[in-house]
Amino acid sequence: MAEVSIRKVEKAYETYKAVHGIDLEIADKEFVVLVGPSGCGKSTTLRMVAGLEEITGGEIWIGGDLVNDVPPRDRDIAMVFQNYALYPHMTVFDNMAFGLKLRKFPREEIKKRVDDAARILDLTTLLDRRPKALSGGQRQRVAMGRAIVRNPRVFLFDEPLSNLDAKLRVQMRTEIKKVHQTIPTTTVYVTHDQIEAMTLADRVVVMNFGRIEQVGPPQELYHNPATRFVAGFIGSPAMNFFPVKVTNEGGLYVQWPGGVKLAVPPQRANRYAPYAGKEMTLGLRPEHLTETHDIEKPGVVRIEVPVDVVEPMGMETMVHFLVNGEEMTARVDPATHAAPGEMLPLAADMNNMHLIDNESNKVV
Amino acid sequence: MSSSVIDPAVIPRMRARPRASLQDWLPRIVLAPSFAVILVFVYGFILWTVWLSFTHSRMMPVYALTGFDSYARLFAQPSWWMALKNIAIFGVLYVVICIALGLTLAILLDQKIRIEGVLRPIYLYPMAVSFIVTGTAWKWFLNPGTGLEKTMHDWGWTSFQFDWLVNADMAIYTIVIAGVWQATGFCMAMFLAGLRGIDGEILKAAQIDGASTYATYRRIVIPALRPVFLSAFIVLTHMAIKSYDLVIALTGGGPGNATELPSTFMYSYTFTRNQMSVGAASAVIMLMTVAAIIVPYLYSELRERRQ
Amino acid sequence: MSGRVEGSMAGGGSAVSRVVIYGLLLVFAAIFLTPLFVMLITSLKSLDEIRDGNMLSLPQSPTIAPWLSAWGTACIGLTCNGIKGYFGNSIMMVVPAVAISTILGSLNGFVLTKFRFPGHKLIFALMLFACFIPFQAVLIPVARVLGMVGLGNSIGGLILVHVVYGLGFTTLFFRNYYEAFPTELIRAAMIDGAGFFQIFRRILLPASGPIIIVTVIFQFTNIWNDFLFGSSFASGDGVPMTVALNNLVNTSTGVKEYNVDMAAAMIAALPTLLVYVVAGRYFVRGLMAGAVKG
Repeated sequence: MAEVSIRKVEKAYETYKAVHGIDLEIADKEFVVLVGPSGCGKSTTLRMVAGLEEITGGEIWIGGDLVNDVPPRDRDIAMVFQNYALYPHMTVFDNMAFGLKLRKFPREEIKKRVDDAARILDLTTLLDRRPKALSGGQRQRVAMGRAIVRNPRVFLFDEPLSNLDAKLRVQMRTEIKKVHQTIPTTTVYVTHDQIEAMTLADRVVVMNFGRIEQVGPPQELYHNPATRFVAGFIGSPAMNFFPVKVTNEGGLYVQWPGGVKLAVPPQRANRYAPYAGKEMTLGLRPEHLTETHDIEKPGVVRIEVPVDVVEPMGMETMVHFLVNGEEMTARVDPATHAAPGEMLPLAADMNNMHLIDNESNKVV
Repeated sequence: MSSSVIDPAVIPRMRARPRASLQDWLPRIVLAPSFAVILVFVYGFILWTVWLSFTHSRMMPVYALTGFDSYARLFAQPSWWMALKNIAIFGVLYVVICIALGLTLAILLDQKIRIEGVLRPIYLYPMAVSFIVTGTAWKWFLNPGTGLEKTMHDWGWTSFQFDWLVNADMAIYTIVIAGVWQATGFCMAMFLAGLRGIDGEILKAAQIDGASTYATYRRIVIPALRPVFLSAFIVLTHMAIKSYDLVIALTGGGPGNATELPSTFMYSYTFTRNQMSVGAASAVIMLMTVAAIIVPYLYSELRERRQ
Repeated sequence: MSGRVEGSMAGGGSAVSRVVIYGLLLVFAAIFLTPLFVMLITSLKSLDEIRDGNMLSLPQSPTIAPWLSAWGTACIGLTCNGIKGYFGNSIMMVVPAVAISTILGSLNGFVLTKFRFPGHKLIFALMLFACFIPFQAVLIPVARVLGMVGLGNSIGGLILVHVVYGLGFTTLFFRNYYEAFPTELIRAAMIDGAGFFQIFRRILLPASGPIIIVTVIFQFTNIWNDFLFGSSFASGDGVPMTVALNNLVNTSTGVKEYNVDMAAAMIAALPTLLVYVVAGRYFVRGLMAGAVKG
């Protein structure tokens, strides 16, 4: 059993606070991803769990032990670093065996564990090589092997894929997921890439300015973001934010600055009614601004926008248009005819709208 | 939240042992002896010397303070003034000539010279050998009775005269020659590293812009070497003030006290003339001069690196 | 340094200017080599040949008698046992002093780069400035203290002094080198379970080869060539090679045996020259590290 429990944990440096008292409970064998922009405190949090960074407030528990004052080597954790951190003068075998040797494991046991890990990670033929003679992906796998052989209570990953090229990153992502399925172990994974977070995590923790914005399974974060920050951070291309005014004229409407009025679907009307008359922000993902062929569905509203830039992506086309000087994006069928400067009719699927309070930045 | 919440009241407070406090303190424990030793042997001893400079210590130290007496006596010594005059002549010529010659050699060597690998070590070897050693040869070479003058006479140029080593007015210049000979290669190496560090594309761009070789050096290369000039200046000035073996090996401070430098003055007043407090005072002056040059330099270097 | 030429100005130019450039470079090379050349040929000549011949002419009948005399029988002060004993003094002083200052410097560099604690910048600044003080400023107290603790006029005293005043440089060298050493590796080793000395020995040291060579050569050259400390804190039979050489050359009794002086000077120069020839590039790197990046 290796739950990780982070309670009111703070990290204060001489001049500023990097982490402002966060709480997070991670279940045994759970894969949790901390995601956020650089400087949001996610790596600091991970390093505090690892014991590489002193905790200036709060408590961290691993598997029922308070570890605030336990050095990294006694926390029974393993970590994979961004730059792999392979020992350059040791072979792949020795790199993976180092931690076991220091812990005085018997030789046969070391060999067995390294061989097992090498088999899982497809490194068997590379065991005698030095890190210098390996490709980026291979190095990454050795770094994971070094963590696996230890059979620790917790795996920690610190942006392990950000030094790989795009294609390899996708491959290694799958690899990491496979390893977690083969050897289920509590995992804390830090990344700034929301796609990585979405694809890997059982639960995603979105952090910003040293605070947790929201915790939840990927789909929940995507469909029900709690704050404007999460709404904008999760999903690519990012959610569009329209400044609107909520009006009640028989039915509930949101009104763009230009005067365009969009009807709020009846099932949401009760939820949004209290905000009538207020300036709010409407959040709508690009995939909910599409070509007009399912305009007949309930809750879908037709609008017309001036096309600014058209980006064909192959299986879909991104259309950028300006509302009040802000650039918005719609995701349309490649067959749709759109040309810069022309007006394009779009279907806005208001069933998936988000309404954000401009003062609290919370999604209501 | 989830079922994995741990109740701190139920779980024994700590199973793993507390942060091994020895491991935590080891780095500081390892650094401590070195730091302590430097604190005592450098800073403590400097204070000790400063204290002594305010006493009347002669052969043995006495610790009764007598104010600025020693400094007054120091600056009343003609040989101290001689030492100051000499360090001014030596310092200026040494620094200027070393930089000029070092830069020249570096630029010449940077012209894709085939035998650079042979020449570079030849220019630099004097830094690897004690001047007590090479001074033996220099002394012989500069001695009118055995060296250059005799050689020229042997070759039939009987009116040739080169007696600087034994000429009180000129002896300091033999120190300059020998010092320059010793340090020029080092300067050359610094400038050469600087030249090699200049982005080749900038030079190509300048040539495409139509700059002549001379203009490229004058307007691009030499301005780009500014940091090297500063480093060379600092290092050479510092070496000039510390120069000691050079004088001992070549002239022993003579003829008379014609080649006295602050370093030799300090040594002889302290250890042979039994005027310890005057020697200490001269050491303090030397230290302050070096500090005035080095401290701002180190400060700016450390600051730069922090950014 | 490698023969990197990206930064070089395009070579070429007219044949005349090439000749001038080569000519100048060779003239300078000749000037730089002259003292060594004179020392070497003079050390192989007999006294008669020196008196009658030309300083720059090659020896007519080379003899190694001056070398033997310098090594075994030349008179320094009142004893006539050559310089072999002093050569031994220098060896016994240099080896431990270099070893100790290098080991301490590498540990200090490790601590100063990979463990941040309050005041580490100040500590480094104080150690750094210690490299540059004129030793005259500590000469009197050192002499007093060595006398008090019974290390006056002993090899042990010289070792202590050279270790202490070399620490700033060795620490600086290793600090600058380890600064570029990836901290992630240290963290990985910590998590793998390595303690302070295990990280140092098994992770850092195997990667420190070049800087160890640089430091050892720098310290060896400096300590072997030192004159000020040797002449201040040792006397009689206990002085190091440089001081003995100076005494030999300045001994004014009897006929001046220039060839023996030169042979003794050559012997004194041999260890550092040898190191320079074998590992010159590391020597230069040390000089630059101590100078350019203060």
